[in-house]
Amino acid sequence: MEGEQPKPLLELRGISKSFGGVAALREVDFTLSEGEIHGLVGENGAGKSTLMKIIAGVHAAYQGRMQLAGRPVSFTSARDARDAGIGMVHQELSLVPQLTVAENVFLGAQPLTRFGTVDWPRMRREAARELESLGIEADPAAILGTLPLGLQQLIELARVLFSGARIIILDEPTSALSPPEIERLFSLLRRLRESGRSIIFISHFLDDVLQISDSVTVFRNGRRIAHAAVPTIDKAWLIENMIGRDHGELADSYVNRVELRGRPETDVALEVEGLSLTGAFSDISFRLHSGEVLGIYGFMGSGQLELAKSLFGRRPAERGTLRLAGRPVRLSSTSRARRAGLAFVPESRRSMLFAQEPVYKNVSIAILDHIHRFMLRPARERTIAHARIGDLGIRPPSAEIRLGALSGGNQQKVALAKWLTRQPLVLILSEPTRGMDVGAKEDVVRIIRKVRDEGIGVIVISTEPETVLSLADRILVMKKGAMTREFAAQWVGKDELLAAA
Amino acid sequence: MDATARTERRTAGRTRRILKDRLRTIAPFATLVFLVAFFGIASPSFLSFANLQNVLQQISITGIMAVGLTFVILCAEIDLSVAAIANVAGVVIAFFTVQDSSVNIANIPLSGGWAILLGFAASFLLGGVNAAATTMIGLPSFITTLAMLEIGAGICAVLVRGQIAYAVPPLIQTLGSGSIGPVPWIAVMAALVMLISHLVLRYTRFGRYVYMVGGNREAAEYSGVNVRWIVNSVLIISAVCSGFAGMLGVAHFGSAQQNEFDNYLLDSIAAVVVGGTSLFGGSGGIGETIIGLLVLGVLNNGLDHVSIDSFVKILIRGLILLAALIINIYAQRLRESGAAA
Ligand SMILES: Nc1ncnc2c1ncn2[C@@H]1O[C@H](COP(=O)(O)OP(=O)(O)OP(=O)(O)O)[C@@H](O)[C@H]1O
Ligand SMILES: [Mg+2]
Repeated sequence: MEGEQPKPLLELRGISKSFGGVAALREVDFTLSEGEIHGLVGENGAGKSTLMKIIAGVHAAYQGRMQLAGRPVSFTSARDARDAGIGMVHQELSLVPQLTVAENVFLGAQPLTRFGTVDWPRMRREAARELESLGIEADPAAILGTLPLGLQQLIELARVLFSGARIIILDEPTSALSPPEIERLFSLLRRLRESGRSIIFISHFLDDVLQISDSVTVFRNGRRIAHAAVPTIDKAWLIENMIGRDHGELADSYVNRVELRGRPETDVALEVEGLSLTGAFSDISFRLHSGEVLGIYGFMGSGQLELAKSLFGRRPAERGTLRLAGRPVRLSSTSRARRAGLAFVPESRRSMLFAQEPVYKNVSIAILDHIHRFMLRPARERTIAHARIGDLGIRPPSAEIRLGALSGGNQQKVALAKWLTRQPLVLILSEPTRGMDVGAKEDVVRIIRKVRDEGIGVIVISTEPETVLSLADRILVMKKGAMTREFAAQWVGKDELLAAA
Repeated sequence: MDATARTERRTAGRTRRILKDRLRTIAPFATLVFLVAFFGIASPSFLSFANLQNVLQQISITGIMAVGLTFVILCAEIDLSVAAIANVAGVVIAFFTVQDSSVNIANIPLSGGWAILLGFAASFLLGGVNAAATTMIGLPSFITTLAMLEIGAGICAVLVRGQIAYAVPPLIQTLGSGSIGPVPWIAVMAALVMLISHLVLRYTRFGRYVYMVGGNREAAEYSGVNVRWIVNSVLIISAVCSGFAGMLGVAHFGSAQQNEFDNYLLDSIAAVVVGGTSLFGGSGGIGETIIGLLVLGVLNNGLDHVSIDSFVKILIRGLILLAALIINIYAQRLRESGAAA
């Protein structure tokens, strides 16, 4: 199938890479042609990010050969790769949260004045122009860390897209974006392709991959399993190759319309009335029953992520009241919220996990007080961690491995695992399946249903219609900081959600 | 590539990785072994039993302060007021003890127990001020404890008014300058503080939270850890340890006066950092601090045993500290690139 393709720009042959004796890539071949958008899919831990990091010079030690424009290359650092025209947007953001937006856009390549000092006015001006051409509404002087994750992701995109790279690697660039931003990104990618750039696009949203890519490569278990031009393949083909067996029902589990169950006859677990926070949301009221999954959907910047943080006491609301199981509560801090019976998984992994610590400590952190009042019981912690590793299919299934060594999707599973042991009254999940592969998403659906059936009230907040549709019993839509629409006990599909948002 | 070459490369890679991972703990230990060997050969008196006793005694006061600081640094905070708080506690117990009539300060004699209690109370209070300013007002601990350094010096100045007091309560006198058999009491006290702190850090929920807050404060917060409470606690622990060190120190030196512990600030920070506890929080511990203390103790003591210009001594200490800082920061980089990869 590769016969009639234009000349290869980047060629990798027989790439193998292992971490501490565990193979992440085995004899992988990969070819990127000039002016193509190349989709890359595979389950969590299949080795996608690892191969991309080899191309981008992050991993310098590996076996195999790499050729760029016909010449053998071996990068010893990310800088080498950048100088050779390769830019990468990492799965985990690699920006500096303490710096301003403009500084981040020009990270490592600031415009200089004649005297060799940083040309601040020009930097701000150019950053503003570049962001605008991408349709990103962000003040170049704002501190990056204060912006929502999706916006940070767009800014990282801007940095790489405008760095002049010939080869642009996007490792799950859309995982925190909502449909309008994704559309904007895609039209930009097409423009870049026209100008002769080559793009590698990794995503677990198979529809997106099929929509944007010219050809797709599938990885499984560190091996390249298949490669095909897009018009010849469909979603079922991708899934079959990804998981190695026929799994037809996965393919259409998200695209169809779903019937919402509607409000159950149970007690109200959480009652929110007139909640407001300047600049984020205003006058939010809703009720969450125990034993239901309430989906809150909205585009990026609709205030739903801030609402979640506020409910967990991270950024307390300025006005409004909260009742937990009928009792009024004031959640002025996260530790209070936890003690009151709330649990929260934020959308950003970086702010949820301890990369240097082993998996079991990441899982047990929120339940240490349940295990023992004063002392640690590492054996108990490990038992619990092993149970969660089993439930969620975390791979590799080890409680001792350093969290940072897990693949992106598996890290997300650990973030979720943390709260599943503690039986909260209300579980708030912000983008719970971000970065997970199709199989893992199914697992999460199963687990959340189980949690719900145990009588816990669950709130699922997302900018992806699929996530909300696959999980929720009832859906609220937020727009510009206000609740605009409720869907309950009816059929609903992606189109209706998008129209309401 | 043939098979043996490949295995060789793989083993080499693994050794390198282990070395990288452990750099922060291996380097201080290697330094210690090297220094002991060097001074042992250079000077016959260095490895004598009496000198060993000496080293122990010399590092005990620094040790108690450094243990408190270890908590703070593990949380990715800093405490610059340890020496000042030690000084305050030392002056306070002297102030509440009967002094010889030749000492011209308006002291208020109380029974020994009360004086000791007040010494601890003073350090607890000053630690509390550090904590409140850091977590409630939100100033960086670097700034609050710098201010506390001045405040502490001020309190001492007001209490002793340039005089020197000599008497301390008998219990403190024994613990600071007595010994049981060949072992100085002060070393026993330091060992006790270290042991307790080690147990707290390793085996209690509080200890785990300290590491987690230092490792990723935001994640700790999102896990429902009461981050403020942890930061408050470590600053108070540090102050109380310093206070204890100060009281013992006054007995050890046989006098309470202004600026008595000024050298100890840098020494105790150096001990923690040289030992390999990360300045960025989240990794390290009491074991590391003990190694750091021994490195500094052996260095200080050993340089006295070989004939070196005392000015060059200062230079050598500075260079060792610089090397330790470079290793500390380099190890952090490795850790971070490991995490990103
Ligand atoms: N720094 C590391 N140290 C040890 N093992 C690692 C490291 N980075 C990746 N791995 C392992 O290599 C394998 C491949 O990981 P990789 O991140 O490439 O997966 P991925 O295909 O990008 O998955 P995801 O979709 O979840 O992001 C996984 O088993 C992972 O645990
Ligand atoms: Mg990945």
